[in-house]
Amino acid sequence: MAIVYQKSAGLTDKELHYCPGCNHGIIHKLVAEVMDELGILDTTIGVCPVGCSVFAYNYFNCDMQEAAHGRAPAVATGIKRTHPNSPVFTYQGDGDLASIGCAEITHAAMRGEKFTTIFVNNAIYGMTGGQMAPTTLIGQKATTCPLGRTKEQAGMPIRMAEMLSTLDGCVYAERVCVTDIPHLNKAKAAIKKAFQKQLAGEGFTFVEVLSTCPTNWGMTPLKAKEWLTDNMIPYYPLGCIKDIDAPKAEVK
Amino acid sequence: MEKELWKGNEAIAEAAIRAGCDCFFGYPITPQSEVPEYMSLHMPEHGKVFVQSESEVAAINMVYGAAGAGMRAMTSSSSPGVSLKQEGITYIAGAELPCVIVNCMRGGPGLGTIQPAQGDYFQATRGGGNGDYRTVVLAPSNVQEAVDFVQEAFDIADQYRNPVVVLADGLIGQMMEPIVWHEVPKRKLPPKDWATTGKHGRDHTNVVNSLYIDPAECDDHNHHLDAKYAEITKNEVRFEERDCDDAELVFTAYGTPARIAITAIEQLREEGYKVGLFRPITLWPFPEKPLHELAAAGHVKQFLDVEMSSSGQMIDDIRLAVEGQKPISFLGHAGGVMPTVEEMVEAAKKALKEAK
Repeated sequence: MAIVYQKSAGLTDKELHYCPGCNHGIIHKLVAEVMDELGILDTTIGVCPVGCSVFAYNYFNCDMQEAAHGRAPAVATGIKRTHPNSPVFTYQGDGDLASIGCAEITHAAMRGEKFTTIFVNNAIYGMTGGQMAPTTLIGQKATTCPLGRTKEQAGMPIRMAEMLSTLDGCVYAERVCVTDIPHLNKAKAAIKKAFQKQLAGEGFTFVEVLSTCPTNWGMTPLKAKEWLTDNMIPYYPLGCIKDIDAPKAEVK
Repeated sequence: MEKELWKGNEAIAEAAIRAGCDCFFGYPITPQSEVPEYMSLHMPEHGKVFVQSESEVAAINMVYGAAGAGMRAMTSSSSPGVSLKQEGITYIAGAELPCVIVNCMRGGPGLGTIQPAQGDYFQATRGGGNGDYRTVVLAPSNVQEAVDFVQEAFDIADQYRNPVVVLADGLIGQMMEPIVWHEVPKRKLPPKDWATTGKHGRDHTNVVNSLYIDPAECDDHNHHLDAKYAEITKNEVRFEERDCDDAELVFTAYGTPARIAITAIEQLREEGYKVGLFRPITLWPFPEKPLHELAAAGHVKQFLDVEMSSSGQMIDDIRLAVEGQKPISFLGHAGGVMPTVEEMVEAAKKALKEAK
């Protein structure tokens, strides 16, 4: 019998700890498949965050470092600058990247650090139990905005892919989601492109993946998927935000 | 060997390059900015990495990443900047990564002043960040020692997989002194087979991590670290005793005040006073046993602790080591004011007079 589907070689046999309906498992799989397909599992060094994906070092079948909260882009900078030929990626959530680690991601992008960031945006702090994130939507309830986020109290949610794309060092920024097979395929293509551009040495590459948090949104997985489509995508539009070739060095 | 005139901070940077530092990550702050300045020019000349980070927080986390990937990594800063690095230092200690951190201390608290001080002793010797951990702390008393200690610090860090702090002060960083470049002792170092360099055919993934979510595992990890700290304490204690054989009064001081004390001792000896100096060189591990034994000597009547700190910080360790055997008096200034030879002479005479 032909094998039509199997677990990616990019994942270990460790059982995932994620809640039912959480998209982290799917996103892990896409990153793992991309690394496997590009033949870089043996050379890649990944950096995982603090948050729900804190244990990602147990799941990816490549060398991994666990960073302090928000500092993954600085850690990845230290790795990539000293291992310029190794593929390097960070895997970060919205509390980690858009809040406490906003300086680190911004300056890594500014410097054009040649690594790839997978940014999983589920509009809430998952691991600590559903507090408001910088990406929490207006009106969305969280344990630190129990009546719903207001613009007056917390400002408007931050669009990281758009913000980082203003920096010259960022050569690729795309927002995707994994709510169904067509979107999942687009997400995988974006992740692959980001790694390929990194391998070509073009600059900083960034893929934002909109993701569900049924547990902290207080919804079933199916309802959460609908909520993402109806509420997150209008504010965080899908698609490629930036895709430029690194400027070719002029020979004079 | 020829003597060369070097500014402390530049000598510290050059020493690191000579010790095989692969990468330096830093952020400007007075009075240590000459270290990143020197590194920015000279690391690339040697094919090594220099990055000016967006903050001290980022710099120490770049060190974490590079050290975790098997590199000899270093950062430097001064007191307020070193406070910002504490998060990274506890992660580095927890993940057992080797690295070198230079603190060119200035006055505090807060912004304090840019002049030399020693108010970071507690922070350096008690861990500084969260959790149970220690950093090896080497305290140079002049530019030559700063150069030698920085070079050796990389080996100590690699031997124990532990951060090593070189705790200097603004005077040592800013002062120009003649130094000699000589080979520091090289250690037999274990292979970095734990580093995340990419698997390259290895049958398992390497993981750099300080997270032990299971309480029993975290307890085990802490006991493992504690055993390592006991080993460091057994092997690495360093101190200097000067004129202590017949001393009735013993100055205790490290770094710049210890150097000033040498002149005070010379003056006092000329006047017939029996005084000496006990200078801890490793602030952690602290030379507790030798100081305890010195305190037990019959000729030693008392100690005079001198620090660039308002009420003293090292004096706590002096008290723990002396264990009440002899009285301890204190002379100190903070905020960038350095104790003078005259003050030390006067304080010693006063203490000796009161003892009679």
